[in-house]
Amino acid sequence: MTTLTQLSNDTNPGGDRPKPEWRKYFGFSHDHKVIGIQYLVTSFFFYLIGGALAAAVRTELATPASDFVSPELYNSLFTLHGTVMIFLWIVPSTAGFINYLVPLMIGAQDMAFPRLNAIAFWMLPPSGLLLMSSFFVGPASAGWTSYPPLSTMGPVAGELIWILSVLLLGTSSILGAINFIVTIWKMRVPQMGWNDMPLFCWASLATGILALVSTPVLAGALILLSFDLVVGTSFFNPTGGGDPIVYQHMFWFYSHPAVYIMILPVFGMISDIIPVHSRKAIFGYRAIAYSSIAICFLGLIVWAHHMFTSGTPPWLRMFFMFATMVIAVPTGIKVFSWVATMWGGKIQLNSAMLFAMGFVSMFVIGGISGVMLAAVPFDIHVHDTYFVVAHFHYVLFGGSVFGLYAGMYHWFPKITGRMLNEKLGKIHFALNFIGFNLTFLPMHKLGLDGMNRRIAEYDPKYATINMICSIGTLLLAVSTVPFLINAIRSWFWGDRAPANPWNGLTLEWTVSSPPPVENFAVAPIPACHPYAYGKRPASMLNPPLTPPPEPIST
Amino acid sequence: MNVPSQIITLLFGIGLTLVSLWYGYNHHLLPLAASKEAVLIDDLFNVMMVISTGIFVLVQGAILFVAFRYKREEGDETDAKYVHGNIPLEIVWTAIPSVIVLALSLYSFDIYEQIGGLNPMDHSSHQGVHQEISNKKQKMLPSGIQEAAVMDGEMPGMVMPLAADDSAVAVNVTGLQFAWLFNYVGTEVTSGELHLPVGRDILLNITAMDVLHAFWVPEFRIKQDAVPGRTIPIRISPTVEGTYSLICAELCGAYHGVMRSEVIVQSERDYNIWLNEQVVAMKEQNHNADSQNPVSTVALYPELLSDTEYLAPYAKKLGVTVEHLQAIQAQQQS
Repeated sequence: MTTLTQLSNDTNPGGDRPKPEWRKYFGFSHDHKVIGIQYLVTSFFFYLIGGALAAAVRTELATPASDFVSPELYNSLFTLHGTVMIFLWIVPSTAGFINYLVPLMIGAQDMAFPRLNAIAFWMLPPSGLLLMSSFFVGPASAGWTSYPPLSTMGPVAGELIWILSVLLLGTSSILGAINFIVTIWKMRVPQMGWNDMPLFCWASLATGILALVSTPVLAGALILLSFDLVVGTSFFNPTGGGDPIVYQHMFWFYSHPAVYIMILPVFGMISDIIPVHSRKAIFGYRAIAYSSIAICFLGLIVWAHHMFTSGTPPWLRMFFMFATMVIAVPTGIKVFSWVATMWGGKIQLNSAMLFAMGFVSMFVIGGISGVMLAAVPFDIHVHDTYFVVAHFHYVLFGGSVFGLYAGMYHWFPKITGRMLNEKLGKIHFALNFIGFNLTFLPMHKLGLDGMNRRIAEYDPKYATINMICSIGTLLLAVSTVPFLINAIRSWFWGDRAPANPWNGLTLEWTVSSPPPVENFAVAPIPACHPYAYGKRPASMLNPPLTPPPEPIST
Repeated sequence: MNVPSQIITLLFGIGLTLVSLWYGYNHHLLPLAASKEAVLIDDLFNVMMVISTGIFVLVQGAILFVAFRYKREEGDETDAKYVHGNIPLEIVWTAIPSVIVLALSLYSFDIYEQIGGLNPMDHSSHQGVHQEISNKKQKMLPSGIQEAAVMDGEMPGMVMPLAADDSAVAVNVTGLQFAWLFNYVGTEVTSGELHLPVGRDILLNITAMDVLHAFWVPEFRIKQDAVPGRTIPIRISPTVEGTYSLICAELCGAYHGVMRSEVIVQSERDYNIWLNEQVVAMKEQNHNADSQNPVSTVALYPELLSDTEYLAPYAKKLGVTVEHLQAIQAQQQS
């Protein structure tokens, strides 16, 4: 139970509380706010583990020779790095935000299925610990994609643990998704129509649908893979008449949408953060809302672009190329709308806004390289190279992680009732931004020039650029320190947060910080559209009239 | 200064276009282009770089601009002017990316067709010859590969290996942990490095014995996964002589990073000399392994070779170089 011991530092929201108050964070609470915090803190703990694994990978790659860890262990390091970052950090932390924020934003008292919600969360720590325990038996080493036949030929115990862990996490994700969809569909206050919802709710709905449709296919693939691994069936084994390409189709049918499961909620968060700190209405509400749904649909029909160089027929490659490129259109609509929202606004460049703008800026680079990768002839050159590594880190780190940080700075006052330190926040942003670009920008060049992925040793001609990348990683690791100090210190001793520190208009800012257990004493009536900056009703002018700014807790 | 805003926009547009065009064609990001396919793919990449540079500068510039221009003044607690959208503008920024991706798709499709991706088998009409040769090949291959080949034959949905037609050099490429084997179709030559004649069409039949591998030569810009149980044909046309790295690009185990071979693109002549050396060496190997078998040390297609080339393998054994032979030949002729 090492995870839980670790949590105690972070989850204790104020030492002056009576014991039962903090104990609920370690129990089977049904409160969506408690579950949201449980998700966020647990997943951040795994982010640190995933980061440590990444640091080990980059240490090995600082020099061309294989000199830091054995090649077998190196393969396990990046396998677990990918798995932890995807399934134990980005997906659960977005689930944490959805859990915490959606009921507050739509005026509900809790999620639709509170017990299901708690079950979904409590699958997370055991499966994470299970995955970590595989280090004692020889962890999986076939990459997070776990392609057979390689994955069925390595250490059986480690691979089986990997499969079980991902199955558990997938199940958790499905349960969460059902909850998100039903909550958003059914539990909005009656006055809130579809087009009055905060955009985060639209994005969460799209995420829930994607997770619900695609995750079962991953479960199917992994169960078949475990049969191949343990009982010697030949679903994917060519020597017994199976086909390894079928696994790739099943795997990517989930794992491409997984990218949108990881980025759509963050899109939603950014759509809510930028208007608040720009004090300006979101530009093109409906375009942003419906583009989430468009991405959700298109995200389901592009999976084979991960397989342009494997055994897919050429005509199929052409279809998937076109479908993939089309995703750039709804994504571009979002990016342009965010920029237009800031244009003419009154922008407060605090930590939340810096991370949000950093998100837009970095995500654009990942989006551009994504369109390039969709072009089949070019993808054939750079597939499985560092160009791809650079691309998906610009999407998932420059995108998702920057967005998650923006969300943490934005909603930390609401969640904890304390303000974060702005100075430390800006240091965190600067270090993170420089470290990130130093690590991943040069990788584009490496990949184009001929450095392939997932290798422990490489041609010495790439040594200089790799050293730069490794120094960037060091900076990234250091950048986490000011955030941790800031979060822990502010959670205990930070300035008390008012109910609405940013003067936002969505419903979560109308309740105290942190919100009372029942959220709303009576069902709230939204005073205006969530983005009515510039024509907010008199009742919403500072200071907000309902409820009193005095925090109810403490 | 009282410059109308349309003129500023126009100048900005021209400047952006020039910067994009300049960077798109001067990025120096790609290695040497050593095949016909590489040149075509680089053209596509350069066009994408032009468009990308434009979008990058536009969006990043806009973000930086708003950060400075629209920074909130200290103590200003009021909202900005209410603007909820602008339909014509939204139509423009939906339509322009749509047109760009449509054009890029069509252009990519065209390039893909030109590099033969849509139908790599269109030159292989000699099925009869091919069957004969592949039977012969199976007899001569080392036992491990022979087993793999026999196993291949039973695979459903397998693409049959293709033989050389009149114009193309056909090589069967097999990936295994952690090396590549190259079997020259029509000969018994199996080599650990890939020699290719410059300026010829090359047909590679790619497969794997154990796990997934991927055949990648960055200078050719061509990559194809090697899948056990399948043989996948690809075509390349090397245009520049030189020695390149063949890199395995699909995770294949602990020593994936060192799974490389050399690709030697050489003149037709040098290539034939090398191939003949290999033919002779292979015969001798067979002879040593099985002395019952009467050896014929004759090159497979003697009529295609000049005398010098034909004699090269023997000359090498005697310690005589090609240069010696040429000198003798020259003396005789004079």
